[in-house]
Amino acid sequence: MAGITIAGVSKIYTGGVKAVKSVSIDIADGEFIVLVGPSGCGKSTLLRMVAGLEAISEGEVSIGNRVVNRMEPAERDIAMVFQNYALYPHMTVYQNLAYGLKNRGTPKAEIEARVAEAARMLEIGPYLERKPRALSGGQRQRVAMGRAIVRKPAAFLFDEPLSNLDAKLRVSMRGEIKRLQRRLGTTSIYVTHDQLEAMTLADRLVVLNGGEIEQIGSPLEVYHAPASTFVASFIGSPAMNLVSGELHGDKLAIGPALIDLHGKAPASGPVTVGLRAEDLHLARPGEAAFAFKLDYIEELGAQRLVHGHVGDQLLTASLPTEMDIADELMLAIDADRLHFFTTATGKRIGDGYAARTPQAARQVSHA
Amino acid sequence: METKKTTFNNRLLPYLLLAPQLFITLVFFIWPAGQAVKSSFEREDPFGLSTSFVGLLHYQRLLVDPNYLDALIRTGVFAVAVTALSMLLGLAFAAAVDRLTRTGRIYTTLLVWPYAVAPVVAGVLWWFLFNSTTGLMPFVLERFGIDWDHDLNGTQAMILIIIAAAWKQISYNFLFFLAGLQSVPQSLMEAAAIDGSGPVKRFFTIALPLLSPTTFFLFIINVNYTMFDTFPIVDATTVGGPAQATTTLVYKVYQDGYLGLNIGSSSAQSVLLMLIVMVLTFVQFRYVERRVQY
Repeated sequence: MAGITIAGVSKIYTGGVKAVKSVSIDIADGEFIVLVGPSGCGKSTLLRMVAGLEAISEGEVSIGNRVVNRMEPAERDIAMVFQNYALYPHMTVYQNLAYGLKNRGTPKAEIEARVAEAARMLEIGPYLERKPRALSGGQRQRVAMGRAIVRKPAAFLFDEPLSNLDAKLRVSMRGEIKRLQRRLGTTSIYVTHDQLEAMTLADRLVVLNGGEIEQIGSPLEVYHAPASTFVASFIGSPAMNLVSGELHGDKLAIGPALIDLHGKAPASGPVTVGLRAEDLHLARPGEAAFAFKLDYIEELGAQRLVHGHVGDQLLTASLPTEMDIADELMLAIDADRLHFFTTATGKRIGDGYAARTPQAARQVSHA
Repeated sequence: METKKTTFNNRLLPYLLLAPQLFITLVFFIWPAGQAVKSSFEREDPFGLSTSFVGLLHYQRLLVDPNYLDALIRTGVFAVAVTALSMLLGLAFAAAVDRLTRTGRIYTTLLVWPYAVAPVVAGVLWWFLFNSTTGLMPFVLERFGIDWDHDLNGTQAMILIIIAAAWKQISYNFLFFLAGLQSVPQSLMEAAAIDGSGPVKRFFTIALPLLSPTTFFLFIINVNYTMFDTFPIVDATTVGGPAQATTTLVYKVYQDGYLGLNIGSSSAQSVLLMLIVMVLTFVQFRYVERRVQY
């Protein structure tokens, strides 16, 4: 058990390409951290630097107060689960699990006990004598997990471990990983490009873009108060609507539509406005509303996504399924559900919804 | 795995496409082999005017002929030594080049060159190097108190042809081993590194077992090579001598048939040689089905 400190870590490849730019993250003991971002954002590179599979160009990584920059992967007391599982194809499941322990000179009885325990936890007991090729994708995934947990390492590193599984299995394995991590209380870093996976697994999310941290926070903090337009469009499904608007006094103008902010305007002049699809609703009589022209409807069962225009800007709203939808609707949004970003840098202006009600957000995240 | 198949309606076409290869196989391989089998049961008079059927006489004589049995053992020693030497060195070079990132291509290119050298030239090359009067190696070896003369010393002659034959084959083994090593997934090596396995241990516990199909394939190829394809090397260096110390089975076939003009016995020998290789290959393939897969 140990925390992990990543301090000003950069990765510079020969030729001067900076894949990771001075990233710092403090990870508490037992915390589940998810690095999320689009492909090429440096999340895997960062994880591999923690694992010792890539050299650290700048900065320092410590695991449990030991600086590990110059240590071999084996000395860092970590275990890693790879995207393609990386099971040793010529060894049985038992041998796969025992390999790391054997290399460390663990007594045979101890190896047997630990493998048996891991096999019981992951329900792979019946397959111990099989070779990996005789297992299904989900079973291989479990073996890969088993190989990590038998070692009882200070930290688990996951490199997109679920992306080779089909959608249904991915959801159930996601739950299992979360449960297992809670039960073992092992510090974990998990890399994924899937924002849903990130939201459901993380104690804290680290959103990366172009080798830099865009935001660190609990899933709900990130969801309710995205620090930039990048985070806003990356986290949450459907993506947050981003439209350009203009603040005049306490009024927000989006094209022809005017929204009254009741004195809550955080700035003035042109801004990028973020509206979550689920925060938009059909205007009640007497409510300040704006006109919305319908393009098409996506029926998702539990909700329906309505795509259309406000003025000449695209907008998606999530509306209840029971009512009829006309070609032209009047939509409304609570003023405190609006997000504002500077047009130039895309950085957030003002606090978000969650930040204003921190108590509520925290309670939900621990439920 | 699904593969795309194009269907041709013309039923003659496949046979037509196969015809050139079949023709070559029949004329240059099956027919001569058949001739060899036929003449191994016959005896020809010195002038080639008459042949008579003698049954298994040639085979019976061969199997009690000490010269033949010696050649058999010698070939065994030669095959094992060449295969082991060329495969071990090929593997060592491949493992070394596999660890290089930038200069790997240059080494690969250089290491493949010996394979392009004709066997006779390879033989002559080593014959020059080891020539007891003008060669470089005997001069060096003399410093270590070794008196090298493969024209007189049978063991040294055998060592010479082993070196020459193995040298030529290293390139081939190297290429296959390198391709094999490079197809071992990087993540397996990384997983093993995290599992506390150092570079040497990783090589022996992960890479080498995964190379077993390659190793097996090369083993068969190398044994066949030493049995059949080493004739030019022997002929260009030791000519089977001294005192038959380097007369391998394939060289004896040539000596008895072409030089001694004992076509019947020579044919019987080549049939036996063929059988040995067939049995070896068969046994190896049977064995591999159970052991080499993973």
